Amino acid sequence: MSVLVFIEHREGKFHKGAFELVSYASRIANDMGTSLVALSLGDVPSDELSKAGAYGAGKVLNVNDSRLSQLDNAAWTKVIEQAVQQESATVIVMASGFTGKAIAPRLSARLRAGMVAYATAVPSSYNPFTVRKKTFSGKAFSDVVINTPVRIITLAPNAFGVHEAPVTAEVKQFTPSVTDADFTTKVESSEKFSGKVLLTEADIVVSAGRGMKGPENWGPIEELASVLGAATACSRPVADEGWRPHTEHVGQTGKVIAPNVYFAFGISGAIQHVAGISSSKVIIAVNKDPEAPIFSVADYGIVGDVQKVLPQLIQSIKEVKAQ
Amino acid sequence: MNILVCLSNVPDTTTRIKLAADNSKVDLSGIQWVINPWDELALTRALEIKETTGTLVGKVSVAMVGKTEVEPTLRKALAIGADDAFRVDLDPADAFQVAAELAGLIKANPYEIILCGIESSDYNGSMVGGMLSELLGYTSISSVSSLSLQDGKVALTREIDGGKETISVSAPLVAIVQKGIAIDPRIPSMRGIMASRTKPLSVLASCGSPSLTSFGNFSLPVPKSACRMVDAENVPELVRLLHSEAKVI
Ligand SMILES: Cc1cc2nc3c(=O)[nH]c(=O)nc-3n(C[C@H](O)[C@H](O)[C@H](O)COP(=O)(O)OP(=O)(O)OC[C@H]3O[C@@H](n4cnc5c(N)ncnc54)[C@H](O)[C@@H]3O)c2cc1C
Ligand SMILES: Nc1ncnc2c1ncn2[C@@H]1O[C@H](COP(=O)(O)O)[C@@H](O)[C@H]1O
Repeated sequence: MSVLVFIEHREGKFHKGAFELVSYASRIANDMGTSLVALSLGDVPSDELSKAGAYGAGKVLNVNDSRLSQLDNAAWTKVIEQAVQQESATVIVMASGFTGKAIAPRLSARLRAGMVAYATAVPSSYNPFTVRKKTFSGKAFSDVVINTPVRIITLAPNAFGVHEAPVTAEVKQFTPSVTDADFTTKVESSEKFSGKVLLTEADIVVSAGRGMKGPENWGPIEELASVLGAATACSRPVADEGWRPHTEHVGQTGKVIAPNVYFAFGISGAIQHVAGISSSKVIIAVNKDPEAPIFSVADYGIVGDVQKVLPQLIQSIKEVKAQ
Repeated sequence: MNILVCLSNVPDTTTRIKLAADNSKVDLSGIQWVINPWDELALTRALEIKETTGTLVGKVSVAMVGKTEVEPTLRKALAIGADDAFRVDLDPADAFQVAAELAGLIKANPYEIILCGIESSDYNGSMVGGMLSELLGYTSISSVSSLSLQDGKVALTREIDGGKETISVSAPLVAIVQKGIAIDPRIPSMRGIMASRTKPLSVLASCGSPSLTSFGNFSLPVPKSACRMVDAENVPELVRLLHSEAKVI
């Protein structure tokens, strides 16, 4: 028996999201009295792979097969299935983001393993195996019981945090049997929005809405984000009008995020917007309308004009940072 | 080739969620049901493809696993422009059961392109499309934000973490679509609504698929304490609070 956690790297490095997953899976392995195996596909140096040990992975499997460098849902599913079999894993943990959405359900159907997506905590009971998850776009939680011997969990972003639990990780190459016929997805070209903090992983998010009046006013939003090392986000109409890229849209029909700090500038706080940000730990709203619904979910608020508040905020944060 | 759009029936996005007295389920009284927003966009895109590619696409069908009460949503899809509709007569217990029932339907009525939404905004599984592709043994592409037919292949864009990729695959496939796949959802025209009444809506018996999970109790997020207001003339006070009280910067 074991718990298997699937972790992803960017350019050969693991980031916070991967370590959070290992921390979460390690807690489950501990609760179940079993060991934790991490699996990673692609070209990752062995000292980087062994970092998963700091969060509780006693074994790290790495598959270095260039055909797997691009996501192919069916082929990746097959690879993970083989690792699950080799390690006799009974719990499989993945992120709920892009890859988790692509792979976890396929794996679930392939293994007939019940799955819970967007889990927000470790299982509240192991028998029956019960996991809390977000439903109704974060407007409610439900406890889902998995009734199969093998279970799959995808973890909501920033739901558990990174926790050290150092063990020595044994790094091993894993060579699954996949043939060229397993690959059906041909990637013709790709575009990377590089250099920026990933929105779903960010600790701090600086977000703005229609109250900014136009794309030309986004300078201070970007400046504040850079001062704070934050990611930038926006409301849906802002993305729809092309003021900002669609990748920044948060809410019920955009990304669901849970940063430590969420700044909302000129965002009214419509229910569909709040659905995507309500798990943020601290919400700060700046809006000229004291009745704006965003203030009913915010922890700190300023009633005022964003154009006036932003420069002062940047100035004052710079001063605090300089101390 | 034919296109099948899988539809899920969800509460309108403005719905405030209430729970039944014993927390065992969501109180569904008075809820306005709509086509899941991503599925509505998927249907819109399927119709655009059919209209712009001559005779390439034979028909666009819609399918839903649900009891009679979901029929108004299927009729709405017919009014928007789908050619025919299927309803599998079952109140599904989980995503796997939905996927297995849809797989049964597709084995009996083959489709080359199957569209699912990235998630249904009620139980938020993001599961049905992926499970369905595996059960059918089809290629699946997820987080699809554009889809078109090109030289006998399907060209797609998918949004990956921090970027996007342009992909080409052969049918049959399951495309799991998100925002961007169509700009605005189509709304039914008067003529569409009239026509929808006579379009075929077939009711199929369930093929008895199992479920893998079950829902236990529901709960609501803990309400936030009141917002702490800071005067607009005193922005440094906000920074002080964030620094020394909330300790977040
Ligand atoms: C099916 C569906 C799904 C949706 N999904 C999403 C979603 O995922 N995400 C999302 O964000 N929305 C979503 N929406 C849209 C949502 O209902 C709102 O329309 C949207 O969130 C409003 O965006 P906003 O707050 O930027 O703009 P507005 O509602 O126009 O608010 C602008 C705010 O800025 C304030 N303001 C104006 N000028 C200033 C100033 N100078 N200084 C300070 N404040 C100022 C105003 O007081 C106002 O509160 C969805 C809608 C539907 C129907
Ligand atoms: N009951 C259903 N009948 C048909 N298709 C469904 C049903 N539920 C979900 N789907 C499809 O699966 C997608 C993802 O749903 P889910 O896995 O529930 O988040 C939806 O956008 C639909 O395309």
